Amino acid sequence: MALDIARYKRRRLRSSITIGLCWAASGLGLTILGVILATLLYKGVAGLNPKVFLEMTPPPGSDGGLLNAIAGSLVMTIIGVFVGTPIGILAGTYLAEYGRYSKVSSVIRFINDILLSAPSIVTGLFIYELLVRPMGHFSAIAGAAALAVLVIPTVVRTTENMLLLVPNTLREASSALGLPQSLVIRHVAYKAARAGMITGVLLAIARVSGETAPLLFTALNNQFWSSDLNAPMASLPVVIFQYALSPYEDWQRLAWTGALLITAAVLTLSIAARWLGSSRSPQ
Amino acid sequence: MNVMSKDVDAGLTEKISVRNLKFYYGTTLALKSITLPLYERQVTAFIGPSGCGKSTLLRVLNRMYDLYPNQRAEGEVLFDGENILDPKQDLNLLRSRIGMVFQKPTPFPMTIYENIAFGIRLYERLPNSEIEGRVETALQKAALWGEVKDKLQSSGLSLSGGQQQRLCIARTVAIRPEVILFDEPCSALDPISTAKIEELIDELKNEFTIAIVTHNMQQAARVSQRTAFMYLGELVEFGDTKKLFTSPSDNRTQDYITGRFG
Repeated sequence: MALDIARYKRRRLRSSITIGLCWAASGLGLTILGVILATLLYKGVAGLNPKVFLEMTPPPGSDGGLLNAIAGSLVMTIIGVFVGTPIGILAGTYLAEYGRYSKVSSVIRFINDILLSAPSIVTGLFIYELLVRPMGHFSAIAGAAALAVLVIPTVVRTTENMLLLVPNTLREASSALGLPQSLVIRHVAYKAARAGMITGVLLAIARVSGETAPLLFTALNNQFWSSDLNAPMASLPVVIFQYALSPYEDWQRLAWTGALLITAAVLTLSIAARWLGSSRSPQ
Repeated sequence: MNVMSKDVDAGLTEKISVRNLKFYYGTTLALKSITLPLYERQVTAFIGPSGCGKSTLLRVLNRMYDLYPNQRAEGEVLFDGENILDPKQDLNLLRSRIGMVFQKPTPFPMTIYENIAFGIRLYERLPNSEIEGRVETALQKAALWGEVKDKLQSSGLSLSGGQQQRLCIARTVAIRPEVILFDEPCSALDPISTAKIEELIDELKNEFTIAIVTHNMQQAARVSQRTAFMYLGELVEFGDTKKLFTSPSDNRTQDYITGRFG
C-alpha cells in the first residue's frame, strides 16, 4: 500500500479552500440580492397605500398614485404577449417539428439566439424607426409592438426546447395510429409539453414587464389616464425611471413603490413558472 | 411463386409480400434484399441478434422510417397486392390499416378513455355511445377492461408498465387495422405481463395478421406460426416455426437458436 499521505493532505486542503471559495461566492451573491430586496421593501412599503392603485401620477409636490402607469404596463404587456406568443409558439413548433432536420432551421435558430440576447434598447430603436417615425408620434401600439418583439425569441426558444423533450417514441406511436403530423403535434406533442410551454410564456411576461428601454422610444410616458392606444401611454418602468431621477422626494417615494410592485409581480410569475415547470414537466 | 413459401400448406393468403427489399440508413445498407411473405391471420416472428435488421424490416411495413431523413427503402412491399413503398401511398391511411405496438409502452398524456377514443374519432364520426362501446370492446380485447373499467378517466400514465402496454394494444385494435406489428412488445415487462401479452397475441391472430420482433426465442416459439431468422441484414431462414426451431436448415440458424452466438 503506497498511499502518499502528504499528497492526500494537500488535496484535502485544496478541496477545502475551493469549497470555502464557493460558499463565499454564493454568499456574496445572495447578500447583494438580499440587500436589494430589503432596500426595496423598506423604501417601497413606506409609500404603499390605496392611493397608489387609485390615483394618477401626480405633478411634483402633490399627492398621487401610479394607477395610469400600472394600467399602461398591463395593457402594453398583455397586447405584447398576445401578439408575440402565437408567433413564438408557431415558430418554435416549426423548429422542433416540421423543420427539425432542415438547414433553414439551424439558421433560424441562430438568428433567434441573437435576438434573444440583443439589448432591448435596440428593439426599441427598431420599433421607433418602424412605427413611431412613420406615425409621427409615440403610442401605446408601438410600445406593445416593442414588447411583442421581445416576447417572440423567448417563447420560440422555450417552445422548441420543450417540444424536443417530448420523446420521439410518443410521436412514432401517434403516427403509427395514422395521425397526420398536424394532429400529432396538436394533440400529443403540445399536451406532453404544455407545462413547459406555459412556463416559457410566463418567463417572457416576467422579462418584458420590467423593460424600460424599448418603451422610452415607443410609448414614451403620459402624466394622465389614457386608454387611447394611438397615444403615448404611461408604464411602470418608465415612470420609475423618470421619478427616480427627479429631485422631488414624493416622486422618488413613488418610484420605490413602483419598483416594489414590479419586483413582486415578476417574482410571483417566476415562482409560478418554476412551480409549473417542476411539478408537471414533460414525461 | 415464392421460393420460400413452398413448405406452406395451401389455403393461406399472403397479406403482405416483401420482395427484394433493400433498406438504407444514409449510405449504410441495413437490409440486403429481403423476400418473405406474411400470411393472413398468422403470427410471424422475426428473430436474430441485435442489429440484424429485424426492427428495421418491421418499420418498413408501416413506413415508420418516413419520419426520419436519410432513410430509404428499395424493392417492393405488397399489401393486398398494392406496393406500399409507392411514393404516392397515403401514409396516414396505410398506418390506420397497419398498426404498431412499440418496445416501450407509449400511452398518450391523456385519460385512459381518451387514449383509445382519440384514434377512433380520427377516422370515424360516431355518436358518443358508440365510441364508448368501441372503447370497451378494445379494452376487452386487450384483456384490460376488468382492471380499468372503474378508472377510465384517470391518466393513461397512471397505469403499470404491463397495463400501459395493453392500453397501447387496445388503442391499436380500436381503429380496426388489418395488420398489427409488434416491436419487442415485452422487453420492458415482467414475466406475468409478458405471459398476458403473449396470450393476447394468440387471441388477436384470429382477427389480425401479426408480425412480432422479439429477442426472446422461447417467445417466438410460443406465439408464432412462422419464424424468420435474420442475420446481418439478411434473411437466413424463413419457415414454419416448429420446423425452424427443431430442424433448421441453415447452420447459422442452428447456432443462433442453440445459443452459440447472438
